[in-house]
Amino acid sequence: MSAAAHAEAHERHGPPEPHYSSRIKPETLGMYLFIASEIMLFGSFFTAYFFVRIVNGTPWPTPPYHLPVFVATINTFILMTSSATMHWATQSIKRGNVWGMRAGLLLTFLMGLAFLTSQLFEYMRAGFNTSNGAFPTIFFCLTGLHGVHVFVGLSILAFMTIRAFRGHFSAEHHHGVEIGGIYWHFVDVMWIVVYTTVYIL
Amino acid sequence: MRNPLRSEAEAYRFLGVVIVGAALIIAAAYANKWAGVAVAVVVFVGLGWWLRQEPVPGAADHAPVLASSTPPGMRRVLVVAPPGTEAVSVPDGAEVLVVVPALAATVEALTGAVDDRRHDAEATAAALESRLPGARVVVGADDPALAVEDALRMFGADEVLVVGDDGMLEAIRDRVAIPVRRA
Repeated sequence: MSAAAHAEAHERHGPPEPHYSSRIKPETLGMYLFIASEIMLFGSFFTAYFFVRIVNGTPWPTPPYHLPVFVATINTFILMTSSATMHWATQSIKRGNVWGMRAGLLLTFLMGLAFLTSQLFEYMRAGFNTSNGAFPTIFFCLTGLHGVHVFVGLSILAFMTIRAFRGHFSAEHHHGVEIGGIYWHFVDVMWIVVYTTVYIL
Repeated sequence: MRNPLRSEAEAYRFLGVVIVGAALIIAAAYANKWAGVAVAVVVFVGLGWWLRQEPVPGAADHAPVLASSTPPGMRRVLVVAPPGTEAVSVPDGAEVLVVVPALAATVEALTGAVDDRRHDAEATAAALESRLPGARVVVGADDPALAVEDALRMFGADEVLVVGDDGMLEAIRDRVAIPVRRA
């Protein structure tokens, strides 16, 4: 071993370089597995919803309660717009437009925050709670589960936005924005399913 | 079947499709709640059909044409030997590179849990190296075709010899544009 190679071997710290299949990156795979587990979690809640509503025949919404459809519709538009700004952020950084990415991430974060805030107000003004039967229980579980996901998405967005303003992303290196974007769109897709199922049908 | 969450752009496109589907359901539900349920079923089936029909990017592409960079009078042979291979016959006078793909089960490959398979491949590579003086032996990716592609980027072979089964032979033949035959 040459002196240089010997020195290099001694200067390298930490575990050895990982090896993995080059077909899929570990961080992307991690997000896929996470989303798969989320789909199963939502699936269990939807199973409870269908059981209560179809098998048990519980009226939806159970009189005298009303679903806050108007607020939910506004929230749906907010969330759909936030996906558009998320997409704008990703496309911007792919073209090297750092300020476009920063603006897109910030707008996405603010809209996610607006969604969560208005959902909290919706809960406070709903006029029913989980002790009022199966309908409110399932309603709060499904929309609350989604709300938790929005909170997780907001946390990811907060990290992404801070990193974006610190100059961590570039046209060549923006995997963090890409993966966060996939999760945010997933949260949006789940809301559309929840909105259509719980509020409309 | 195409993964709708392959990238942010594809996830956004998938969201667009979901929004269109939801709009159809909502429109039907306003007319009649059960019509909304019926449209929901149709939309879900349609969504599944669309994802199945969507072509996977790159799957239909032709194999890249690889030009041999072998100097005149020299022959380079790339040999693919799966783990467990005990002997390989190589052409006389040829420069030989043997690739031992770290073959892994689908779940192992997807989860990256290929350490044991790599150890198997490394053991085979070490054994072959001692039996083939003059040949270089390396461990490749878990997918034989990918291992061949990787090797060809560094070793401009004139042909590929495969020790493995017919499936491996065909998979490699589909991906590379130089002659591939059984060893």
